[in-house]
Amino acid sequence: MARFNLYQEEFHPSPLKRTWIEFRQSHAALFGLWLFLFFILLMVLGPLLAPYDPLTQDINALLLPPAWDANGGINHLFGTDSLGRDLLSRLIYGCRVTLGISILLVFVAMLVGVAMGALAGMTKGVRSSIINHLLDSIMVIPTLLIAIIIVAILGTGLVNSMWAITLALIPQFVHTTRDFVRDELQKDYVMASRLDGAGKIYLFFNAVLPNMIEMLVVQGTMALSVAILDISALGFLNLGAQPPSPELGTMLSEGLKVAYISPLSIALPGCAIFLMVLSVNLVGDGLRSALRNRFKH
Amino acid sequence: MSPLLSVEDVSFTHIVENGWFQRPRKFVLSPVTFELNAGETMAIIGENGSGKSILAKLLVGAETPTSGAIYLNGQKLKYNNIKQRCLNIRMVFQHSNESLNPGITLGTILDEPLKLNTQLSPEERQEKVEQTLRLVGMLPEHQYFYRHMLSDGQKQRIAIARALILNPQIIVADEPFAALDPSVRSQTVNLIMKLQRDLGLGFIFISHNLGIVRHISDRILVMQEGNVVESGKTDVIFNWPKSEYTEKLVQSHQAMLSKN
Repeated sequence: MARFNLYQEEFHPSPLKRTWIEFRQSHAALFGLWLFLFFILLMVLGPLLAPYDPLTQDINALLLPPAWDANGGINHLFGTDSLGRDLLSRLIYGCRVTLGISILLVFVAMLVGVAMGALAGMTKGVRSSIINHLLDSIMVIPTLLIAIIIVAILGTGLVNSMWAITLALIPQFVHTTRDFVRDELQKDYVMASRLDGAGKIYLFFNAVLPNMIEMLVVQGTMALSVAILDISALGFLNLGAQPPSPELGTMLSEGLKVAYISPLSIALPGCAIFLMVLSVNLVGDGLRSALRNRFKH
Repeated sequence: MSPLLSVEDVSFTHIVENGWFQRPRKFVLSPVTFELNAGETMAIIGENGSGKSILAKLLVGAETPTSGAIYLNGQKLKYNNIKQRCLNIRMVFQHSNESLNPGITLGTILDEPLKLNTQLSPEERQEKVEQTLRLVGMLPEHQYFYRHMLSDGQKQRIAIARALILNPQIIVADEPFAALDPSVRSQTVNLIMKLQRDLGLGFIFISHNLGIVRHISDRILVMQEGNVVESGKTDVIFNWPKSEYTEKLVQSHQAMLSKN
């Protein structure tokens, strides 16, 4: 459709809209966004889309090849695994579990991290320092290692690994939030609000937070890709989600045993993890450059 | 009748730590005393780092003075009580761009002082915001705009609107005309003079532009390195400067005028 401007009006997009316009410029970021939306859709509509139950074992259909193979059947599009479970259904449920849990973890970590960071940023002196560095020791050790330590203490299981990853994600939120709040409090408009008679809590929610949302989105996407990788890595090591449950990492380690007979059983979950992390990173990267460029005009 | 604002021996000491090995820098504002009547305009001039901005911040309560007292209508202002002060003394910042929050609309920015300091209902506040926008020569529609959509002059107007919205008795402005081009500058000057005439505001401003100072101010405070060198009526200071520093300032201003 041809677009023409009927009125001689200037176009003044809001900050959010400007970010979207900048974001749209990058094809890679847009591709990432579509991919990410696809996974989100898969996550939400998973049970409706999956043709079989992911846990039902069919002894008559062990290790079936995919539909396009001469021996395959249309009943199982991607074939079945060594216990006769439908691979497509397992894949859909796997994406659902891995992505869903990752988003939940990032959300919780963000909530806790931002609260602590805001507290550290708004206070001064030793108190601020203590809050800021409370979880710093966690940053010294790689996320996966912390997860392994926690799992070693509390025992294996999806919930324990979730705790571990959440704990490992919190410090970076604390630090970025605190630095951001510190920077922001120096600015003139915060001083102006303070002279309006605004208290600290009002200042944070009304002067600082509206400008922080973009930073949170960028940090959140970074954390999300880490969370996806960690959840599936722990699953792969049999420390996280336990075998019968459909989780991408667990599926990978199970498929490893029959990799020569049915390569698809490791290729599919691997691809899913790869695409998921890729899409999250593309969106995060696109958002970051969009936010950087949006005031350059 | 007591003056609108009287400042008595207000001084300020600020120590800047320069790390462990360097000697800390010290800035001292020696005691300042002056009075301002309703409807009067006072200009503060002086070189950079002479303590003009600190004085402005002390007046609005952004900084706490080391000693001395400020009286408004004969009533002493308490330092930790911003609410008492912001209803009467409002500040216009030097950089109007940075004094507006980029993440929220102008309407929200203007609504904030009303929400925090008055008991008006949302409809009344809305009414007041629109009325103030009109007062500074902007449209009610501008309340839906964001900071980056405005030109510099418009931002300055919003900053003034924000100062005016609580019906203060005194406005303190830190170089309100510095970043503006000549035409917008004259517009803003005229706007402020008109508002002052209409509302009877006391106006204290910092400026390097002696032309404007001479044009609009009734009294002048000349500052140098934290000391008040001279203060008095504008005519007196421009025609019979007492100190060497003021003399130089006035001479350079007149040299520039005669060149044109």
